[in-house]
Order: sequence, then structure tokens, then C-alpha cells
Amino acid sequence: MQRRSFLAGTTALVAVLPLASAHATPESLQAAIREVVGSAALREGKVKIDLPALVENGNTVPLGVTVDSPMTATDRVKAIHVFNEKNPQPHVYTATLGPGLARADISTRIKLGDSQKIVVVAETSKGEFWTASADVIVTLAACLEDLT
Amino acid sequence: MANVLINAPKSVKKGQAFEVKTLILHPMETGFRPGTNGTIIPRNIIEDFVATYNGVELIRLKLSSAIAANPFVAFQVAVTESGTLAFRWTGDEGFAIEQSVAIAVE
Repeated sequence: MQRRSFLAGTTALVAVLPLASAHATPESLQAAIREVVGSAALREGKVKIDLPALVENGNTVPLGVTVDSPMTATDRVKAIHVFNEKNPQPHVYTATLGPGLARADISTRIKLGDSQKIVVVAETSKGEFWTASADVIVTLAACLEDLT
Repeated sequence: MANVLINAPKSVKKGQAFEVKTLILHPMETGFRPGTNGTIIPRNIIEDFVATYNGVELIRLKLSSAIAANPFVAFQVAVTESGTLAFRWTGDEGFAIEQSVAIAVE
């Protein structure tokens, strides 16, 4: 009986530990987005995310973000914010775009720790916020082990 | 400086958009992974990337741990006069690298 309760206790402990590790959650994703957007309205559209639907290796995932904007001095995209749902931190990158850019089109490569949702928020010079999201399935997650 | 790859055209047409691609050698250690002895490997990432043209800022990226190793950034630029496209990467552990390329407008 003692052995049984000991085993039950250790199983419970193991089950609890992974939950206790710091991970971004849908709540922290929403909080990070709110921090950028403030009280302004967040509208769907204008943003296009180029991300593969199925990823075999989460260590390097190509991510392209394009925002439909004329990019003139008066009407352009000021900033692009990229967030994730389940990496250890909700932020991926924040780009500040100067007037010299011809298009609001940025390509990078990112890490994904799990199958999750990527959210992009674009801020225009008129103070509007446009958003889009993309779901991605990851077979082998990033940040698991040190292979070196 | 050999650790930086920049792909940009040497000469462009005035006002026409062209793509600039940059790649820099860097581990982008997240600070969330345990090493072989079980302790967390300290974070070592590039935090800021700035591209300027003749001193005017084109784009600035604030990077996080979620950027893949050897950060790659590509963007679209249009220029009206010849000049220098300069890049600067700064990050943890005093990491700072600058690189520039000349661009001629036909």
C-alpha cells in the first residue's frame, strides 16, 4: 500500500511539472497583443502570412508577412508585430518600417516549440490595426535538447 | 565580417523596388534549453537588427528567442539616388556587427 501511494504520488508530481514550466498561453498571447494595440480596434484583413501548414522541423520555419498597403508617406505600415501561442515567450519579432521601404513585405525564419497559432498585427500610419493568423502543425519541436 | 551574407543588387533603376536579403551567423541560443549537465544554457541572441540607407533608417527589427539560428531577414526597398546600404546587428554578450554595401542608381 505504501509503495502504491508512493507511485501514485510520483506520477502526480511528474504530471504537474511540465505544466509548471513557463510557456506562452492563449491568455499571454492576448495580453501581448493588447499591449501593442491598446484600446484601438483590431480588424481582420490586409495581412497575409506565408507559413507552411505542416512543418517537420520547428528549429527553422520560413515566415513571410505581407501587408496590403500603398506604402506612401501618408498611408503606410508603421510596424509589424508577430506573436505566437505556445513558444516560451509570446513575442516573435517587432519590425518598425521606415518610409524607404517599397513594400510591407518581410521574410524571416523562426522557431516553433509546438503546433500552434501565429498571429500578425500590422499598425498603419493612420493608427489602424490589421491582423491575421495562421495555424501550423510541427512534427519536431524546437528548443527540446542541445544536440552539440 | 565574413560571417554575414548580404544579397542586394549592385545597380538598380530609380524608384524600382528590389529585395534585400541578409543572413548572419549566430547561434540564437534561446535561454530555455537545458545543456548536457542539466543546467539551462544562458540566452545569447541578437536583439536588434537595423538597416539604413544613406543614414536614413529603412527597417528595424526587435528579435526574440523565437527567431531561428543564423537570423535571416529579407525586405523590399526602393531608392532614388546612389548610396550605401548599411546593416547593424546587436545582441547579448556585447555582440555588434556592422556591414554595408554600395548601391548605384542607373
